[in-house]
Amino acid sequence: FTGAVHGFLLSPIEAFLSDLKRGGSGTGPLRGSAETARETTALLRRITAQARWSSAGDLMEIIRKEGRRMITAQPSETTVGNMIRRVLKIIREEYARSRGKSEETDQQESLHKLLTSGGLSEDNFRQHFAALKANVIEAINELLTELEGTTDNVAMQALEHIHSNEVIMTIGRSRTVEAFLKDAARKRKFHVIVAECAPFCQGHEMATSLSEAGIETTVIADAAIFAVMSRVNKVIIGTQTVLANGGLRAVNGTHTLALAAKHHSTPLIVCAPMFKLSPQFPNEEDTFHKFVSPHEVLPFTEGEILSKVNVHCPVFDYVPPELITLFISNIGGHAPSYIYRLMSELYHPEDHEL
Amino acid sequence: MADSGVTDGPENRDDIERAKTEGKELTKEEKQRLRKEKKQQKKNKEKKDEKASRESDKEKKSAAPASQPPTQHTAQKAPLAVPASAPVPLPASEAPVPADKPAKSKAELKAERRARQEAERASKQGKKGEVGQQAATGKAKAPPSELQPVVKRLPEHIQVDNPDVLKKLAKKLERQQIPLRSDYGYKVSLFSHLHQYSRKAPLTQQLSIPSTVIHPAIVRLGLQYSQGIVAGSNARSVALLHAFKQVIRDYTTPPKEELSRDLVNKLKPYISFLNQCRPLSASMGNAIKYIKKEISNIPSQCKEEEAKRKLLNCIECYINEKIVLAAKAIAKYSIEKISDGDVILVYGCSSLVNHILCEAFEKGRKFRVIVVDSRPRLEGREALRRLVQRGISCTYVLISAVSYILPEVSKVFLGAHALLANGYVMSRVGTSQIALVAKAFNVPVLVCCETYKFCERVQTDSFVSNELDDPDDLIVTRKGKTQLEDWQKVDSLGLLNLVYDVTPPDFVDLVITDLGMIPCTSVPVVLRVKNVDQ
Repeated sequence: FTGAVHGFLLSPIEAFLSDLKRGGSGTGPLRGSAETARETTALLRRITAQARWSSAGDLMEIIRKEGRRMITAQPSETTVGNMIRRVLKIIREEYARSRGKSEETDQQESLHKLLTSGGLSEDNFRQHFAALKANVIEAINELLTELEGTTDNVAMQALEHIHSNEVIMTIGRSRTVEAFLKDAARKRKFHVIVAECAPFCQGHEMATSLSEAGIETTVIADAAIFAVMSRVNKVIIGTQTVLANGGLRAVNGTHTLALAAKHHSTPLIVCAPMFKLSPQFPNEEDTFHKFVSPHEVLPFTEGEILSKVNVHCPVFDYVPPELITLFISNIGGHAPSYIYRLMSELYHPEDHEL
Repeated sequence: MADSGVTDGPENRDDIERAKTEGKELTKEEKQRLRKEKKQQKKNKEKKDEKASRESDKEKKSAAPASQPPTQHTAQKAPLAVPASAPVPLPASEAPVPADKPAKSKAELKAERRARQEAERASKQGKKGEVGQQAATGKAKAPPSELQPVVKRLPEHIQVDNPDVLKKLAKKLERQQIPLRSDYGYKVSLFSHLHQYSRKAPLTQQLSIPSTVIHPAIVRLGLQYSQGIVAGSNARSVALLHAFKQVIRDYTTPPKEELSRDLVNKLKPYISFLNQCRPLSASMGNAIKYIKKEISNIPSQCKEEEAKRKLLNCIECYINEKIVLAAKAIAKYSIEKISDGDVILVYGCSSLVNHILCEAFEKGRKFRVIVVDSRPRLEGREALRRLVQRGISCTYVLISAVSYILPEVSKVFLGAHALLANGYVMSRVGTSQIALVAKAFNVPVLVCCETYKFCERVQTDSFVSNELDDPDDLIVTRKGKTQLEDWQKVDSLGLLNLVYDVTPPDFVDLVITDLGMIPCTSVPVVLRVKNVDQ
């Protein structure tokens, strides 16, 4: 008997799935990743509370199943998958705590452990604990609190990284970077150059928002990134995902920005909260890139040549970890070489493949 | 860019011109004459009654109205103390010396010269760090090199933050009866030394119709430049030369004037006007230099009809040789570099690169093209249309997607606006970015450029000398919302629309010119060879 999802849980899940499907094409209202993370976690909490399950293994099975559906609805929205993996890890931890074993030995993948016992396999999750449900829900609540505070935690570190009279460059629109810069602007005066990031031109919104906070902002076209880079002191960007090797999957144009910064030896700082950390690697070429309608690039008004031309409109760029100087997350600053370690703290290796 | 709104003065202009073009050092008398004239300028400036001095200046140089701002500049700089890497303007810009100057003894001259140099050095230390050219002229004690001693003159359009220069320009334009174009919008502080105009306020609104001072062909040309109808350095140069041909055809020598002198003076207000409409490009500057030289070389006994015919012929030859035939030669060299199965990346719309690709396609090479485009000009669409019409299979992306598409690319062909003497390539903004990313992916970058675009300026970044386009071009309406519509109302918001940028020579693998395929660093060699030829 595996757990089942009640009928009345189906409609919020379906609503969430359709939201995800619509939001990713660039046409619906754009949701920030923080919102998506919060909604995913809230939904998982609901599933935990209302679904019918008797052991941790059942719960994990349910969550995995629903999680796979959510991920296939919008594969590029990696925060969904990240939250699912976090919740799975929470369940494993609570289960292990209930069993009385210390967490360290259970999750450490020491070579000795792998050879002798084969780790904690699925069968071991069959035991029923009465308090497990409450514990898991409590832990998910903690996770939600953490998620609510991430942007503030990142923004709190702003003054450590920005001095006065700096020229900072950014690209597109990232709510984390916006909060970061606004927090620093309360105490310091500096200048921000925003690359508009065609074709969606989200840089314009970022610029208006920053200038309303009183920050000296300049909007430049994407083509002028290298031309202007020699006068920039720091590059601060947001990202969609942080990959397992410390690289980024960020909005298109970021790789050019990173190369220009490297050429001028300008530090590249990435403001990425922990929920963006994903155990994916960039090698899967066919799943890495996401394309949207080419009419953003070459509109239908150019009708007579449209049929003879291939038009590409990729949304993301891969930035290798060698070009990145620092990651600033809600738990502090890290070098790109440290990301793999953070990964092992957040996710269980068996959950990397859902 | 080249501000060629200067002229040669009367009398000794010929000698100095000839000496300069032959590449010899100015003789002692000529040097003295130059210094005398410069000293005179400084004395007049130092007089309390500035207006009186300017009027007396005007009298003296009635034949050379536009040389006042440049001579003021030269008075500030150390004379003849610069290396050959000087800007394009005519070397004889300081030449207009009326003959009625008082003669001074050698010792007095030397003392005055020394005093002036000391004053200049002191004033220079107080100035902010400016263009690198100015630092070069600070070597007051350096002897003139054995190459052409060209005195530097900073073009006006990169000194917008200097109110004296602006005042002088306004006076000069008033004299020539050309309206002054006013700057528009908030300028980013890094670029306060450049002009920024709005396309919605063309210069011609302030002109009376029909304009008596400016030839209608020039008015039309100026409007076409400022509205962006004629764009691209080759197109602009050819349009300029055609307009000048029309001017020459309609020209009649007034009585008691010589064609060679008067026509050049007639051209000066036209050039100022065109400069106001849109700053002159390096190719246009070189073309203007050539025309002026040809006009001033017309012998005085030549009949008007014959002279006009000769000039028209010269212009035709120039266009044919430097642009049309050069394009053919470059295409011939480039075809060797295109092999079957190539994937070629081009940026924006370069007439030369389009020509090369069409020629290669005609010759039967199998390749496909990726056209990269950028906002706000979106010139790549024009290139796309031209290539697709010929039947070449094309892909189209925006510049932010260039690192996605580069792994597929085998070669990058770029056009250039000008090639600077230190090997930097000045081209449309975004070119340096493409070269950077191509270098990171190890894709060869080939720049195609005719030799008439080679320029004696040097520049290391895209700030000191550039062009600022209308900032309103960056505004875009998406999904019914225009984010930046009220950008002027917000104090802390600025829009920056650069037109050019410079690509360092280490990003460029090869430059294909009509003289052959050369590395970027050989540009000063070509310049020197060209100067010696002339």
